[in-house]
Amino acid sequence: MVFPKLVRRERASLPVLIAAPFLALAMAALSNLVLYAAIGVDPVAVFKAMLIDPFTSYFSFSEILLKAGPLLLIAQGLAIGFRAKVFNIGAEGQFILGAIFASAIPVYMPQATGVWIWPMMLVFGMLGGLAWSAITAFWRVRLNANEILVSLMLSFVAIQLLNYLLLGPWKDPMGFNFPQSVMFQLDALLPILLPGTRVNVSLILALLASLAAWFFVLRSFAGYRLEVGGLAPNAARYAGFSQSGAIWLSLLIGGAAAGLAGAAEVAGPVGQLQRSISTGYGYAAIIVAYLGGLHPIGIVFSAFLMATLYIGGDNAMVSAGLPIAAVSVFQGSLLLAYLIAVTFVRRKVVWPHRPTA
Amino acid sequence: MTQPLLSLHGVTKRYGQVHANSGVDLDVLPGAIHAILGENGAGKSTLMKLIYGVETPDEGTIAWQGQPVQIGSPAIARRLGVGMVFQHFSLFETLTVVENVSLLVPGTKKKLTSRIVHLGKEFGLEVDPLAHVHALSVGERQRVEIIRCLMVDPKLLILDEPTSVLPPQSVDLLFETLRKLSTRGVSILFISHKLEEIRSICTHATILRGGKVTGNVTPKDFDAQALATMMIGRDMPHLSPPEHTARGDKQLELSGVSVATDDPFGVPLEGISLHVRAGEILGIAGVSGNGQAELAAAISGETPLPKDMHGALCMFGQEVGALNPAARRKLGFSFVPEDRLGQGAVPELSLVKNVILTAHRHGMVQRGMIRRGRADTFTRDCIAENDVRTPGPGAEAGSLSGGNLQKFIIGRELMLKPRLLFLNQPTWGVDIGAATAIRRRLIELRNEGCAILVISEDMEELFELTDDMQVLSEGRISARFKTNETAPEDIGRAMIGASKGAV
Repeated sequence: MVFPKLVRRERASLPVLIAAPFLALAMAALSNLVLYAAIGVDPVAVFKAMLIDPFTSYFSFSEILLKAGPLLLIAQGLAIGFRAKVFNIGAEGQFILGAIFASAIPVYMPQATGVWIWPMMLVFGMLGGLAWSAITAFWRVRLNANEILVSLMLSFVAIQLLNYLLLGPWKDPMGFNFPQSVMFQLDALLPILLPGTRVNVSLILALLASLAAWFFVLRSFAGYRLEVGGLAPNAARYAGFSQSGAIWLSLLIGGAAAGLAGAAEVAGPVGQLQRSISTGYGYAAIIVAYLGGLHPIGIVFSAFLMATLYIGGDNAMVSAGLPIAAVSVFQGSLLLAYLIAVTFVRRKVVWPHRPTA
Repeated sequence: MTQPLLSLHGVTKRYGQVHANSGVDLDVLPGAIHAILGENGAGKSTLMKLIYGVETPDEGTIAWQGQPVQIGSPAIARRLGVGMVFQHFSLFETLTVVENVSLLVPGTKKKLTSRIVHLGKEFGLEVDPLAHVHALSVGERQRVEIIRCLMVDPKLLILDEPTSVLPPQSVDLLFETLRKLSTRGVSILFISHKLEEIRSICTHATILRGGKVTGNVTPKDFDAQALATMMIGRDMPHLSPPEHTARGDKQLELSGVSVATDDPFGVPLEGISLHVRAGEILGIAGVSGNGQAELAAAISGETPLPKDMHGALCMFGQEVGALNPAARRKLGFSFVPEDRLGQGAVPELSLVKNVILTAHRHGMVQRGMIRRGRADTFTRDCIAENDVRTPGPGAEAGSLSGGNLQKFIIGRELMLKPRLLFLNQPTWGVDIGAATAIRRRLIELRNEGCAILVISEDMEELFELTDDMQVLSEGRISARFKTNETAPEDIGRAMIGASKGAV
């Protein structure tokens, strides 16, 4: 038998690198449409609900922008770590801690007024995410504990912490025993950016963070050190770049970004601390980061794509009767398809000549 | 005229724009010991890969015993009767000799064991079949590789630079084995660029230059100088013997450095003491795997030294055991590592970005941001001054040939103007022209007062280059030899640990 071989290219192929996300989207869409047909849902209706309808009204388009904000923020932070091969899978937990820290201000000072409140909440949120990711960094550096496992497990701890607060000390006394905090006062909410929608200033923060990420990744020496550490750990050691420093920096950046996103969520569209504040943003952002090629500009596009899929998935559930799990399946297959496609950036398939001997 | 065992006609192999082989004709007679002679990058390895079925030719024909064949895979080559011993052994270190053999050769372990012993006696390739490979010396590992080829009764045996890793005594043993094989009618293709070796053992030689055959000769009829001229197409570059210069202060001093290792296949260092003065070149001879990697990492700072050893390592009279590589570099230390891709350079990054790796202190970083202009100028200078063949500073390091990349890395380190330079295997896999250029630079640098430490497996290189030599064997270091008062055999004895010679 003759099998095709994967051969390393002499240099990375730029056309493949650019085409990879589109190929991945096409592959994922095709395989999922087959799946929808198999479970008896009209694929054409799903396609229309998912990818066309979100753009047909101002409101649903603004919802895309709303969803894209946190995805963009978290993914930019994660991508910096992923480039350094520090795999922070616990952005979900860091997001929740950010939301909790930010909520502390309106929960303990529900009567306070002043324009300092929402910016201070965002700062608190960053500190919360930072602190949560610092736990992972500490054990990784100290005991070489795997950061994937530690950060992922800490996300479940974060959910329990959230539950404890909402069922106990932070429960709204006037809230009919619902597990949620008080509604935040007006000064604890982010200013709205687009009138008539829920889009707030956090979208600008996310775009500014993307710009900062671009400078950090492509222009700064710290970003360069992280890149070398990720590509060739021995070269980083040879150069004398600190490995533990890279782990700390990667995790703290990711944690701070996720915490900021969490704060912006409670101070933004939600307006109180709830059990359902995170709808898997921390995990979806992993897909966003890879789909954007771990590049600050690519991630801007992939964040908007992923946000479209969220909104479109909601549409499809309502209008085409798609089960709720189908959106997760689509996200998962998108990441899988992308990882397959991106393999060919540095490798190509070679068919050996068929031997006659 | 006897029919050739193997006959190549007009064989061409291209990699992209590069012609690795073009129109190569080669006839190997039964029982011949046939040298393929050429510089690194001349296309020797590609040619062998074509014969062993690792690659397939783009043009041309290959005939085996007069019959045209297509060798699509190494399995087909083995079935024809071609065996190959690679330069880098393909043995599993955690398995025993017989287990390694049984991966390629069918048969019960018991039968294989007795055959290994039998073949070993017959050809002088004795090795314990039940020993684990990691416990064997390099010479023994090579014997295992050869035995594994002989088990399937080959008609042609390809040896890729077999002597480059052997101490002189083992080379003689290997040659005896090859002569015995040749008298049994086994043909041998012997790849090398060591001219004296080829003259002493080979019956034929085909010379490659730039992928083309430039000569078919009987090596005994020519002297080494003439063969070298054919090989590199001009007169052999000659090094002037190092002149005597005044030696200065001790720039590097190790006093009793011992380092344990976590790696089960690593070699612990035991009480290493050595020093290098300004204006001298000290060579560390010995076969790789005797603590070379561990010593290099300890001196460069890549492996942190245990606390009680912090005072045992001094540079420029200062204790540096607690400093990381960047801090040591700041003092005036430069290091050229053995591993070019992945240690000395990042293959996926451009040459400009690879310059920043160690030269970033030279004005390339301002307020945390990289100054690309500075890095770009440095890279262009490095490429021009060191004759690095590359499309430009934007090329990925991984796209350069081994020799060119090494010129680039050494050039980069020299541009840092070190007072102490440490090189690990500086010319391994580098063609003669480039290697000579590198050695000449090192001697110039020494004459300017730089202290240089060189770890090398290449004895010729060490004799050409160094003032003094010490041998590293099984993690211990020998006494110091004065290079011009020492014979290779003395070094060889210290390498196999037979005697601890002294100056």
